[in-house]
Parts: sequence; structure tokens; C-alpha cells
Amino acid sequence: MEDILELRGLSKQFATHRAVHDVSLAIERGAFFSLLGPSGCGKTTTLRLIAGFEAPSAGEIWLNGSRIDALPPFRRNVNTVFQSYALFPHLTVLGNVEFGLRHAPVANAERRVRQVLEQVQMSDKKSRKPSELSGGERQRVALARALVLAPDVLLLDEPLSALDPQLRKQVRAELKALQRQTGVTFLFVTHDQEEALAMSDRIAVMQGGEIEQAGTPQELYQKPETRFVASFLGEMNWVNGVGIRPECVRVSHDGFSNARPGRIAHIAFLGPYRHLTIQLEGGEVITAQTAAAAVFVTGETVQVSWEPNDELRFSS
Amino acid sequence: MTRLRNIFVTPAAVLMLFTIVVPAAIICVYSLLSRGAYGGVELPWTTENYSRLIDPLYGGIFVRSFVLAAAATALCILLGFPLALFIGRSGTRKNLYLSLVILPFWTSFLIRLYAWMFLLRDTGLINTALQSLGLIRQPLPLLYNNGAVLLGLVYGFLPFAVLPIYATLERLDKSLLEAAADLGARPIAVLMRVTLPLCAPGIAAAAILVFVPALGTYITSDLLGGSKTILIGNLVQNQFTTARDWPFGAAVSIVLMIVAVLLMFTVRRRGEELL
Repeated sequence: MEDILELRGLSKQFATHRAVHDVSLAIERGAFFSLLGPSGCGKTTTLRLIAGFEAPSAGEIWLNGSRIDALPPFRRNVNTVFQSYALFPHLTVLGNVEFGLRHAPVANAERRVRQVLEQVQMSDKKSRKPSELSGGERQRVALARALVLAPDVLLLDEPLSALDPQLRKQVRAELKALQRQTGVTFLFVTHDQEEALAMSDRIAVMQGGEIEQAGTPQELYQKPETRFVASFLGEMNWVNGVGIRPECVRVSHDGFSNARPGRIAHIAFLGPYRHLTIQLEGGEVITAQTAAAAVFVTGETVQVSWEPNDELRFSS
Repeated sequence: MTRLRNIFVTPAAVLMLFTIVVPAAIICVYSLLSRGAYGGVELPWTTENYSRLIDPLYGGIFVRSFVLAAAATALCILLGFPLALFIGRSGTRKNLYLSLVILPFWTSFLIRLYAWMFLLRDTGLINTALQSLGLIRQPLPLLYNNGAVLLGLVYGFLPFAVLPIYATLERLDKSLLEAAADLGARPIAVLMRVTLPLCAPGIAAAAILVFVPALGTYITSDLLGGSKTILIGNLVQNQFTTARDWPFGAAVSIVLMIVAVLLMFTVRRRGEELL
């Protein structure tokens, strides 16, 4: 598959800080790509550079074979779903969805509007104003408004953060299904690693304005290249400078050859498994996952071990 | 809680009662009484003060006042909107420009109108300059006409249009403007399709703040309009002073007040409908 969006050495320097530094990325057509990182890592600025709301200090942006970094936002065939959704309060759902069609005459506009409203299940509420909609409905209108223009890339700026946690998981699946159904390339910005892991084909982890590592969710989780990526995705124990995932930690009452003794400080029952917090002799604290059926009691002494193969080592 | 609320609300309520409700009631009563021999009012009760208003002479004054106030309102909004937009986009200079907008209030309106008279009169700065440049022989009739009154109204009330429009522009969610551009709207389309409709409440407020006082103005028309351009305000003033017909002056005031209130409600309702 060819790349639809390519960033080459993209940088953005604000008056007081460096928001994005030398970011290079290639995103395949039709992919669900996530930019993941803590707040202030430069992921939203990267998105705004692609949308055209900010001008890059250096670097190039290529979209579908042409360079777009000097074009104003209204000339770029990308559309944005804003964190706050930014729906026009004076227009109805239909008015919002039709907004962009006036500026980019599309064939069969009426049918497209009907189709996209059906896709996001808002057909029966098309005459409502945004103020009469729930958070989830607003988010779907924001999606419809952008998707109706058939963008080369849809930019999504933390679109789930305004939803309540119950809804968020459901919307994740809907969003992923919508992306498959429409075939539009999604560039999704989030600080929620679980969200990124669950939905993305590929993820780029950002920190301090730079990309730490890019890859499939599995690659990033199993073969993190930096300590930051290892800590940011999933839970990680650090023992003697070596990383070990909680699900790789074996806990038993019997001693193994390389096992270390420890005392169970806390047990959390999480349905399918238990999450143990164990204080090793020597003071280090390690967490482990065990089957829910496993019988452990808080305060008892257990033997903790893991396979050397599961250890993650980093130079930086 | 309610007690605290009462403590805060009472002074304003008392002030409103004695400065608005009571005087309005007095005027209302006066308008239904007969004219006293040396000013003032006398019994018996009558509605004659209102029926006299049907006279085309007064109709003309009302129409002229309305047209001038409406023109001043339209001009203030037409000039005020771009100015407010400009101030809103001036970044760190915003506060400087805002203080320039309200700077004229530091001088009495009366004095500023005299300044305009010095500029506009036959021997004023403009005419003298044009004459000495040889562009005109006879001085232009710049003062004592409707145009001069309109100029004075726009000049005097422009800040009242700029400030409410500026306030709504400032509260406007900037991501809405970005969203419009993102959806393909050029800057002019963003202005027409997003900024302007969302500013409707500010424009409505500006319209009320300019139109109502412009409709009742008397000092501007008195100084810049001369005796030819009589407006409702001058009519009222004349009745209470030279004409010594207080009941009629009161009746004109009441009609003016009713019109202003009705207008305010209509504009406000329209403004809400737009949002």
C-alpha cells in the first residue's frame, strides 16, 4: 500500500518552547494510525500542522503525492474532528454536516449527506441543534461533518476524551468499524495508551516533541525500544534496571531456582485475574497478574520469578 | 442566602425605583393632565395631549427622528463590526485600542460637539482649508442639517456599538473558526457563515444601545442640526421650556418610551431566535 501522508523532518518552534522537533512519519492509505503520548508531547501540534492551523518552522508535509505545508487549511483535503467537536451552535445537525459541501462541490451531495448521517446513526436527529444532543451524539455529528467531504486523511484530536468512561469503550469499537467501513485514513491523537492499542493499525509514541518509536501495537508492547515507550504502554516493573511485564511475573508458594521471596502487600480482584503488589526482600516493589482462582492472601510470603527471555533491557 | 441576596439587590432596586419607576409614573400622570398657565400642570384629566400627536407636523418629527436614529444605528454597526474585529485580532495591543475607543468619554459630549461645530461651520477648519486651497469658492453647508446630526450621532454612539460586538467576538470559540476553515471555508465565508451569525446577540445589543438614545437625543440635533432639524428630543425639551406645555411634552415622552421598549423586546427576541 502506498503512503497517503508523509511528514519529513517536521518541526514547530513556538516563542518559548519547541513543540515538535524533526518528526518524520509515513502513513499508509486506509490505516488507523495513532499519535500517542502524554500531554505536551507535541501530538496535537503535529495534528494542527497537518490541518494547517499552524505553520511549521521546518520540514515538509506531503499529502497524496503533493506538498501541502504552505497551503491554507481550506485548501487541504484533510478534515478534523476537534476535541471539543466545535459544532456550529447556530446550525442544525444537517446544517453542520452540509457546511463543507458548499465549498467543495461533490457529486450526489444530497445522497452522501443521507448516507453519512445513517452511518453515524443521526438521521432521525438531523433537525436538532447541537445544544440538544448528548456528548456521544455530538461526537458522531463531528465525524459525519468531516467524513462527508471524503478527506484523504481524517484527523481526530482526542475525540473520546469528552465522553464518559462507560461510553468511551463502546465508541472505540464504533469508531474502528466506521474507519473500516469508509476506508478513510484516520490519524488519531490520544494520550490514552489503552485506546491507542485497542484501535490502531500502527502507533507512533511521542515525547518531548519527538517520536520515540513507531510500530504496530504488538511491536510497541513487546519490543519497546526505549524505557519511555516501555513504561508508557501497559504496566511495567523495573527490577535492577530491567523491565518485566506484570503478566510475565510468576508467583507461587514453592521456590524455583531463580525465585526471589517477597511479601504480598496488596491484592486487587479485577474479574478475570488478580493484580498483586509484592514487596521483594531488599525493598523493591513488583506487580504481578495471577489467575483469579489462585489462592493468595495479603501479608503472606511468596516466591517470585520470571523467564530471562521476558526481561526488557534498554541502553537509554 | 436569600438574606444576602436581598442585601445586594436592595440598593439597586431602590435606585431604580426612584430614578426610573417614580419619574416614569409622574410623567405618565402629567401627560393626562391639562396645561398650567405658567408651566406646570392642572386638572381636569384629559387625553387631548395624545390626540394632538396625530398632527402631521409631529408625525414628520417622529419619522425624521426614526430615520436618523436608524441610519445612525446602521452606520455604527457597519463601522463598529470591522473595528471590533480588528481590535479582537490585535493581540497584545487589544487593551490599548480598547482604551482609545473609550477615550472620548474623558471629555464632555457637549464640548466634543462644540469641537465638531468648529470643524463644520462656514468659517470652520474644513471650509477654510478647502477655500484656501482654492477647491471651493463658497463654504460648503456642512453644519445645521440632517447630515451633521447623523455625523454627530454616529460619532457619539460608535463606542456603544463597538464594545458589545467586541465582547461577543471575544467569547467566540476560536475552534469554530478553525473548524469552518477546516471544512473548506475561505476567510470571507468564515466571516459570513460563522462569525457574523454567532455575533448576532452582540449586534442586537449594539443596535439597542445606539438606537434608543439616538431616538431620544436632543443635544446633538440642537447643536449640529440648528432650528431646522427638530427631533423628538428637541420637541420634548421645547414643551417643557419655551412652550410651557408640560402635559404635551410628557405625552411625547411616554410615546417615545413605549416605542423604545417595544423595539427592545423585538430586537432581543430576534437575537435569541438567531442563536
